Order: sequence, then C-alpha cells, then structure tokens
Amino acid sequence: MTVTVVQFGGSNCDRDAVRALRAVDIDAERVWHADGLPADTTGVVLPGGFSYGDYLRAGAMAGRAPIIEAVRAAAAEGVPVLGVCNGAQIGTESGLVSGAFTTNASARFQCERVHLRVENPETPWTRAFEAGDVIELPIAHGEGRFEIGRDALDALDSADRVLFRYCDADGRVTEAANPNGSTGAVAGVLGERDSVAVLMPHPERAALAEFGGTDGRPILRAFAE
Amino acid sequence: MTAYTAVVTVRLKSGVLDPEAETTRTALERLGFELDGLRAADRFEVDLEADSHEAAAERAGAMAERLLANPTIHDYAIEVEAR
Repeated sequence: MTVTVVQFGGSNCDRDAVRALRAVDIDAERVWHADGLPADTTGVVLPGGFSYGDYLRAGAMAGRAPIIEAVRAAAAEGVPVLGVCNGAQIGTESGLVSGAFTTNASARFQCERVHLRVENPETPWTRAFEAGDVIELPIAHGEGRFEIGRDALDALDSADRVLFRYCDADGRVTEAANPNGSTGAVAGVLGERDSVAVLMPHPERAALAEFGGTDGRPILRAFAE
Repeated sequence: MTAYTAVVTVRLKSGVLDPEAETTRTALERLGFELDGLRAADRFEVDLEADSHEAAAERAGAMAERLLANPTIHDYAIEVEAR
C-alpha cells in the first residue's frame, strides 16, 4: 500500500507531498522518474515544481517521459492519480486530462491562498465534501490559467469533469476571485475516470495544521480508499 | 536522402490571451514606440534528412503534433527548405 510520488528533475514539491500523505496515514515514497513506476503502486502523485525547467511549456517534457505511459496504464486500471501544480500541467500535456494550463492573465507568478468551490463531490478526492462547499488552499504558479475551447468546457461541465472552481469566501464564482484568468474559473479537473484528477492549488501545502490550514487533507485521503 | 531544414512556427490560436505579448507591447510603448499590436511565436529550426520535401514536412508536422505545439492552445505552420 504505497503511493508513488514521481520525482522529475526540477520537481520541488515531492518531499512535501510525501510528508503530507504520511500525515494523513498514507504510506508514500518518492520514485525517480527514470526508475519507472513500481508495479505494486497503489496511487500516483505528480508533484509540483519546474520539471525540465519549464522548457518549451510547463509540463511538456515530463508529460512525455516514459514513466507517463506506465502512469496512464495504471490510471486506466483505476489506480488513483493526482497531479498538483506542475503535476497538473504534466496531466494536461500528457492528455491524462483535457485542456491546457498557460500563462496567468496577470503575467505574474502568484503565490497566495485561494478559495475553491467543490463542483463534484462524488469523487474519491471530494467525498468528504458537499457540492458547493468552499475550501481554502494555496496556489504558487505562473502558468495556471486553464485554457480550453468553450464547447470543450461545456462538455467537461456536462460530464461533471470539473472538480473545483476558484470562488470567493462565500462560494461565489466571480472574476475578482479568479486568480489567473482560468476559463470557466476551473482550478481542478478530472480525467476520464474520477480517480484521475489534476489541480493547480496545493492540497499538500494544506495538510499540517501548523502551516495554516488542513483543507487539503480530505483530498489526499482519496489514496486510502 | 536530401538534407532539409524544417521551420516550425508555433503560435497561440487566435483569441487565446497572451499576457507575455501584452507585457512586451506595454514595455515597447513605455520606450516610446508606437504600435498597433504584437503577437509572439516560437520558431523551431529542425535539420533533418528525408526522401522528399513532403516527407520532411510530414515528419516536422508530426513533431509539432506530438511535442512542439499543444493543440489545445496552439496553431502551427511548417516551411521546409533544402539546406
């Protein structure tokens, strides 16, 4: 029962992810991407950071690394996969989920706490929540603006693939509460299966009470199911 | 086999916000330049050998599809020249 946190050159949230998972009683270990995915892995985290220095596009290189084929195969068998921040960018670049993450509308790197509205509570990641619940997680990204065509966004919505939207403290989805200009205020999105999710905010940075918030813990507990 | 250079130009699809280009434009205006608009693009020059111009273009197109461009946000163009 060990979750694999995949470390690429330039990953920098891998240790945090392991520590946060262990804090919610989930066994986790870091695995260097070139060593491949352990056959008995019970979950996969694609952590935040700047894999391959964000060369070409954030997540473009890591999204095509050989280990991603193993992650794709595991995901197809129902192994839970969570991409956070750069891991979310790797998720879109690899096609694990739809859409793309690109430069924030502000053109700035943004490091702040944001509110998120739970859009789909029927997933392993959100089963501790009700639809419309508001949680608070940190973001730290320069390329977190979710981009997708309007028709494709409608398709995501109608298939309940949007997991979280940026909102204000009262759960209202407004332009002011959208930190990066994401289309549809999308902060997190599901893959074909509910067990595959990516999000730009960092649940692993909201898992220890001494660091100001534990709203990320229920998301990480998905790996215990 | 002939030696070619395939130039792959990758740019954001029309209508996709480009904050970097907007920031660059603002900086040019701050320097006193007058301009009506500015678009940025990535240009890749790929040296390769192929049986024909078409084969070179096809391979460069596959490179764009698989890696150089992200079809969700990008359009791309290919130009091939013998080198």
